Amino acid sequence: MVKEIERKGIAVVHVCTVTPISLTVGANRIVPAVAIPHPFGNPKLSPQEEFSLRKKLVERALQALATPVSDQHVFEN
Amino acid sequence: MEQKRVVVYLNQFFGQIGGEDKADTPPQSTDKPVGPAVGLSALLPKNCTIVRTIICGDGYFNENLEEASAAVRQMLKELSPDVVVAGPAFNAGRYGMACGMVGKIAFELGIPAVSGMYPENPGVETYRPYLYIIETGNSAASMRTALPAMAKLAGKLANGEPIGAPAEEGYLSRGIRRNLFAEKRGSDRAIDMLLQKIKREDFTTEYPVPHFDRVEPAAAITDLSQATIALVTSGGIVPKGNPDRIEASSASRYGRYSIDGIDSLTPEAFQTAHGGYDPVYANENPNRVVPVDALRELEREGRIGKLFPYFYATVGNGTSVANARAYAQEIAAELVNEGVQAVILTST
Repeated sequence: MVKEIERKGIAVVHVCTVTPISLTVGANRIVPAVAIPHPFGNPKLSPQEEFSLRKKLVERALQALATPVSDQHVFEN
Repeated sequence: MEQKRVVVYLNQFFGQIGGEDKADTPPQSTDKPVGPAVGLSALLPKNCTIVRTIICGDGYFNENLEEASAAVRQMLKELSPDVVVAGPAFNAGRYGMACGMVGKIAFELGIPAVSGMYPENPGVETYRPYLYIIETGNSAASMRTALPAMAKLAGKLANGEPIGAPAEEGYLSRGIRRNLFAEKRGSDRAIDMLLQKIKREDFTTEYPVPHFDRVEPAAAITDLSQATIALVTSGGIVPKGNPDRIEASSASRYGRYSIDGIDSLTPEAFQTAHGGYDPVYANENPNRVVPVDALRELEREGRIGKLFPYFYATVGNGTSVANARAYAQEIAAELVNEGVQAVILTST
């Protein structure tokens, strides 16, 4: 899905936990997520802490979209 | 005949520990063959014995790749089997990735390994050079045909017998070329194939042209504060009640859902339709899969121009590549028409 959207010229960031799959499939901008059943959250945190974790991850995804890449890149921390 | 040792790797489900609620189980092992290992045990050559079954949760393996790999490596070192059998994983992505990694660990230890997967399982593309992967159907319904083929190949590998070409043994091509003596020289074989092609007869190529489908990265967004960003997910988030009835597995459709004026995806209004991962966390707070609440705040802060007023969702679980491609083509065409510059695509 990532590739078909990017093919039309729209920048895509793939946020997922199993980054090796994303690399195999061919996503170019990849941001590692928290866990498979809750990519943008952590149920062990308080609601406020969890929201700030989610916001940070979304900010990282936005940063990836704003970063020029020439090849596949995993945006760690 | 010399006795040979077989180690089996299974996930929490086939290892009979539990369903998705047990997907976070770390690697453990048992002396008794369980699940598919029981059937396999009966199909293996007489001199092959399953000495241990390693079981690990699919979630744990993929989320803790280093720890899980280290634990499996340690177990295989201690057990020193003659062959490892992982799965079959059919079209289960996380399971296939785990089986593939187990095959790679075995490969690094000099132990041959066999698995069974559907050709679209991401484990095939990622790990095919390291192990033999028997082609299976896309669900456990093909267990009946998968196990005998896996047992036969595992028996040959354990006993050091020669392994035939992929089509003869039923495994997926590993991308490895081996020298052999042919009866006819190359030019003769090429002419034969050309004549068969002209006559529209079936022929088997000796070297399929590799197909690399890569897409050039799109240009970076220069000014996020002016950009319209859309959310797309394969994590199955849908309005409560799943009005489009998107299937929990092998989705035959996708949905487009309005988030106009919605500040956060509440558990009262949204849920997940996705099978294959524990839905508790996504149902409790759907923003954990489609982060609408965080993007709204960033929108208010002026960090992004606008959040596109719809998100798109399908279920990635076992969905064929052809279907996923078709959904994304339709979605992309709409997004281009609506002037969306960037997409955050989330997967579970």
